[in-house]
Amino acid sequence: MSTAEPPHSEQKPATGAILAPGYTFTTLTDKLASIALSRRTPKSWFFGAAVGFVLTMVLLATITHLVFKGVGIFGVNVPVGWGFDILNFVWWIGIGHAGTLISAILLLLRQPWRNSINRFAEAMTIFAVSCAGLYPLLHTGRPWLDYWLVPYPNTMGMWPNFRSPLIWDVFAVTTYATVSLLFWYVGMIPDLATLRDRAKALWAKMLYGMLAMGWRGSARHWHRYETASLLLAGLATPLVISVHTVVSFDFAAGIVPGWHATIFPPYFVAGAIYAGFAMVLTLAIPLRKIYGLEDFITMKHLDNMAKILLATSLIVAYGYAVEAFMAFYSGNVYERYMMWNRATGPYKHMYWALIFCNVLAPQMMWFRKLRHSIPALFVMAMIVNVGMWLERYVIIVVSLSRDFLPSSWGLYKGTVFDWSMFLGSIGLFIALLFLFIRLLPMISIFEMRVILPEAKVEAKEEQA
Amino acid sequence: MKFTVDSRRSTGVDIGAARTKLGELHGREYWRSLEELLETDDFREHLHREFRVPIDSGVDRRELLTLMGASIALAGLTGCTRQPTERIYPYVKPPEEIVPGEPLFYATAHLHEGYARGVLAKSYEGRPIKVDGNDLHPASLGGSDVFAQASILNMYDPDRSQTLTERGQIRPWSALLAAVKLTLEQERPRRGSGLRFLTTTVTSPTLQAQIAAVLAELPDAKWIAWEPTGRENVFAGTKLAFGQELQPVYAFDKADVVLSLEADFLGSGPSMPRHVRDFVSRRRAETMNRLYVVESTPTLTGARADHRRPLTPAAIESFAASVAAGVGVGGISAGAPADAFADAVAADLKSHAGASLVVAGETQPPAVHALAHAMNAALGNVGKTVRYVGSAADTPAAQTAALAELVGEMADGRVSTLVILGGNPAFNTPADLDFGKAMQKVGLRIRLGLYNDETSRLCHWNVAEAHALESWSDARAEDGTVTILQPLIAPLFSGKTAHELLAAFSAEPEKSAHDIVRDQWRGKLPGDFEAAWQKSLHDGLVDGSAFPSRPVAVRSFPLDPRASTLDPSLTLLFRPDPTIWDGSYANNGWLQELAKPMTKLTWDNAALMAPATAEKLGVTTEDVVELSFAGRRVEAPVWVMPGQAEGCVTIHFGYGRTRGGRVADGTGFNAYALRESRTLWAAPGVEIRKTLRRYPLATTQHQHSMEGRAPVRAVTAAAYLENPGVVAHMGEPPPGPHDTMYPQLPRGSYAWGMAIDLSTCVGCNACVIACQSENNIPIVGKEQVQRGRAMQWIRIDRYYKGSLDAPETFHQPVTCMHCENAPCEVVCPVNATVHSAEGLNQMVYNRCVGTRYCSNNCPYKVRRFNFFLYSDFTTEIKKMVNNPEVTVRSRGVMEKCSYCVQRINRARYAAEKENRPIKDGEIVTACEQACPARAITFGNVDDPESRVSRAKAEKRGYGLLVELGTRPRTSYLASLSNPSPALAPAEEPEKHKA
Repeated sequence: MSTAEPPHSEQKPATGAILAPGYTFTTLTDKLASIALSRRTPKSWFFGAAVGFVLTMVLLATITHLVFKGVGIFGVNVPVGWGFDILNFVWWIGIGHAGTLISAILLLLRQPWRNSINRFAEAMTIFAVSCAGLYPLLHTGRPWLDYWLVPYPNTMGMWPNFRSPLIWDVFAVTTYATVSLLFWYVGMIPDLATLRDRAKALWAKMLYGMLAMGWRGSARHWHRYETASLLLAGLATPLVISVHTVVSFDFAAGIVPGWHATIFPPYFVAGAIYAGFAMVLTLAIPLRKIYGLEDFITMKHLDNMAKILLATSLIVAYGYAVEAFMAFYSGNVYERYMMWNRATGPYKHMYWALIFCNVLAPQMMWFRKLRHSIPALFVMAMIVNVGMWLERYVIIVVSLSRDFLPSSWGLYKGTVFDWSMFLGSIGLFIALLFLFIRLLPMISIFEMRVILPEAKVEAKEEQA
Repeated sequence: MKFTVDSRRSTGVDIGAARTKLGELHGREYWRSLEELLETDDFREHLHREFRVPIDSGVDRRELLTLMGASIALAGLTGCTRQPTERIYPYVKPPEEIVPGEPLFYATAHLHEGYARGVLAKSYEGRPIKVDGNDLHPASLGGSDVFAQASILNMYDPDRSQTLTERGQIRPWSALLAAVKLTLEQERPRRGSGLRFLTTTVTSPTLQAQIAAVLAELPDAKWIAWEPTGRENVFAGTKLAFGQELQPVYAFDKADVVLSLEADFLGSGPSMPRHVRDFVSRRRAETMNRLYVVESTPTLTGARADHRRPLTPAAIESFAASVAAGVGVGGISAGAPADAFADAVAADLKSHAGASLVVAGETQPPAVHALAHAMNAALGNVGKTVRYVGSAADTPAAQTAALAELVGEMADGRVSTLVILGGNPAFNTPADLDFGKAMQKVGLRIRLGLYNDETSRLCHWNVAEAHALESWSDARAEDGTVTILQPLIAPLFSGKTAHELLAAFSAEPEKSAHDIVRDQWRGKLPGDFEAAWQKSLHDGLVDGSAFPSRPVAVRSFPLDPRASTLDPSLTLLFRPDPTIWDGSYANNGWLQELAKPMTKLTWDNAALMAPATAEKLGVTTEDVVELSFAGRRVEAPVWVMPGQAEGCVTIHFGYGRTRGGRVADGTGFNAYALRESRTLWAAPGVEIRKTLRRYPLATTQHQHSMEGRAPVRAVTAAAYLENPGVVAHMGEPPPGPHDTMYPQLPRGSYAWGMAIDLSTCVGCNACVIACQSENNIPIVGKEQVQRGRAMQWIRIDRYYKGSLDAPETFHQPVTCMHCENAPCEVVCPVNATVHSAEGLNQMVYNRCVGTRYCSNNCPYKVRRFNFFLYSDFTTEIKKMVNNPEVTVRSRGVMEKCSYCVQRINRARYAAEKENRPIKDGEIVTACEQACPARAITFGNVDDPESRVSRAKAEKRGYGLLVELGTRPRTSYLASLSNPSPALAPAEEPEKHKA
């Protein structure tokens, strides 16, 4: 949601605060490259990776059980045909938003403070999208036939139904995943070359060497690199908006009261950015502590992100208000009941918890003191993670549970497998993230160098 | 393939172990006998004798060669896994009538409480798959009920008793004949004084004649009949009123005003389809009848009433007396209490003298029946709306007394041989008699039964009974009409009929049921016997066999003194279960999973109590209470039942089976355990104690009010006649034809549509089971129902309106609406649900990947999803019940009502062959066919002359949720009611505040 950015671009003058003083090209490169290459792997890494891998095994076990028994192991039923599956899909996709937003939009807007967080935010995007992708693939009744959603020439002469928002989803999500992956990878090439050059072990040299694709750092390379990343940023920018817009169409194009609303696309995009930044904060706060990266991810970054959280929370709150207002203003008995049911029905606790998490709690970000308190920020980010999960629960489950005919109303409850799949996907995310931290430069080394005072002259020339 | 084991060894088979083992079987694993299953020594020895299978490894050369030869010969047969292991033969001369793929229909009868109701059974290549009503039969008129529809599933039940056993050992039929012969030799000298026959209600002239013949030879032998839902009160009532045991036959179509004294004539009983048809024929606005119902527990009849009042059993009696006094029945005016409602009813009945009808239910004491008869006589209704005929049953009508006498004799050891034909007396007889215990004193106990049930366990000889669709027999309807039952298939498990078992007691023990029944009718049919026999079989009834009306004269009778006493505290009411009846359908999965019409409960029974009673006891739905009556205790979950009379607790019997089969066991609680012979239907003075436990119940509907929406539109006939437009204004109008961006779809040659008349629908569920049977719909089990995954394509929604204590009840069948603008079609990503040119919303199972988006987007929520592999692909015998014209759906696909597309296509083939358009009425959907009320009509809505178009053209027609722009092809006709002008404003006195 680019409209939310201008206020933050005014924070630009405080450049000094986005990197601790005293670094030179060499010391900076040494410090950042050492995380992947030479520094001793911290104990906490092993702990985190173990948690991730164990939970990934839980995910695999759940998937195996699912494929053998059927989607009935989840809590879905007839009024509520989608439960944790689609809700977690939307949740993960939302989380996957911040990466591209930080990389692409902030790059285009020339926000250098993004340089220290964009790499792992992008990685987070890729991993979140991977987790998200699992759900629509596995929530179907016959997952082995999912490829029928892809238009391909076949002997049946069948095409998918291009009117279905699920088909739009297929395109939107795969495009987003592809572009994000390319953007992430292309952006990493110079750093991979750095690692290749500094690696001692043969396997590392070969691995990074292959991945660096022969990068030699020549002016021509840099020139092409800059063009490519600008182009990719240009491509990715509309995707940030389109992907969650399309995801919102899954609901907005349906006729279920609580889904069928025109506010959904902007409201979903804002929600996604909100969720994405919350997740970046959730990850950045422990990482900078464990790896001693306070010099690179400074209070300035955290402060900026908190401000974005606040801004997007206001947009999301506006969305909730409009939903409630439109339900009342429409005069439609189903819409009115939908709103009434959210606030007072069997899932009212979910709704009020959501209002607390996404509307009330973020208001504390108005206070500078709280924005600069690391524990407060971390708690805030966790609250938002929960709040955005609840938001999808309210939209998907609560709307479906009571639609048009009172006779078919029914409740939904996640089963143990719903939870194991959810925890498992979190495990997969953690596992991938820890592998990334250990093996790849989690902070963009060359982009950090650009921020150094040493680089100023060249940087200016580059830009001109 | 089954072989008769002639082993005389009697090591006994551990049935319990066999059950456990069977429970563990998966996939294509068969077993031939219990011995094989358990691999007993007997079986190994038998194998050795029959097939020379070596007992131990010592195989000599000769044997080895023989065995090798045999295995090589068999290898070809068993090479392909789908081939049957038995030898199969192709037709050398194909049977004349059987065309592969073409169904044949045979007329036979479905027995309910012993009475016949004509049915037509549909058979493919000798395999019956569907049962429907017989248009010609007076008790059916083409309609059917859930039991007739579901009876087909009982036939293919793998849990049926499959062999003839003596003390658990498989025996040949000849062994039984020998045993019977021995018994007869012992009994003959003492004139059969030790021989007793126990049957259910028998209306079969042949069986009656057979038993009579045995009794003629052994005059001291006795025949007792016990039907847990017996109608002895009906006969006692006519005896009280007229001095003779008579069967009333009602003509509801001729009655302008009907008063039901807890008679559930629209919901149950052998003549239910007939009653429904006659009754609803008078539910049209112009000629509308009026129904008053007083009852203790809500029934379908009460749900259709124009005025319904929940009353305790004692209050019903005094109410009946009041009305009787009001209509001028002599001799009772003194004792009757004054009651404004009763006065209004009496006045209404009186003003329609000769065209009114008072009906008393089977559960009412004889005095109430007698009062009803006296009222009908006083109103001049006899011969007009009610006539009386002789009883079709031949045993003493006082079944309970006869049964008590039998139990006494058995307990005293005076019975040496007990022959039980059908029924399940060890389970369903009154608890105080302790039939099972007394029975064990009988020296020889022979049982003919469909299942190895609670009674079989206590019997020496167990004869597997042939299902009605496998049997030659005959039976009478309530009005006496005889139907000759013909088998559609040879007994699947070499079962025997009651006729064959009784023949064993006659001079011709080997006579087949066919010959027995035929010989019974030889000389009794009019005209040439062969022609008349064939006509009777073809038509499904014997012409002119109905009983003539008997003249009646009311005698004076004493009123039951109970009428004036107040119920002491809580009264326990016993009623047959609406879906599994007296327990005989307990192993029928379709009926177990069928939502009971009033409670919408599945898989369980419960203690139904009024909200006020529950409040007083401090309990609520799903709380477990302990019911105790006369020292017997039963624990039951509570179900709060709006419209139940306060102070009455209803429990349905039939549940709590211990040996009912894999489906039946473990469901519900046994209400028979509290039922005593002196309080068969109502037991005053039950004590209820709350426990702290809860028991989860599975219901298919959680919301009971319409929430201010108008899915069911109801209006009084008077208001409708005054302003027919009133129905259209009860909901939002549909968007106009130009309110869409999409172009109109081109229409095909036909436009299929359906109209459902809520004025005539009684909510009986027959359509639900008919659809399940026609469309191979699987059952899912209690746990899945609880999770909201029931699969029936039609659901009957039940809504309440008004007060909690005496609400109005509405039923509405909801199925796929086949929307012209179907929301489900747009969202399916793979085009698995698409529209046909003729307007069908089609589901392409093979293409479905199972995203469930269509179900989410369906505003009617009529789509059903196979969350697991619900259909049984492995149990061979269960596959036989499937309709070969309908795909059996696998896991992970969506399904829903198809408007019986297979029937549409069949009609299309016929029409195209003859080069003509499909005629109106040529396509009858399964639900339409089953509906006893003819509430459902299907046809071409583009043809203005079709039945469905004419129905839709009525001003009370409306579509469900049309405001969404879905343009549903299925539409409804608003429910009409005809409240009495004298009572209308004073309805629903505010009795309790919740």
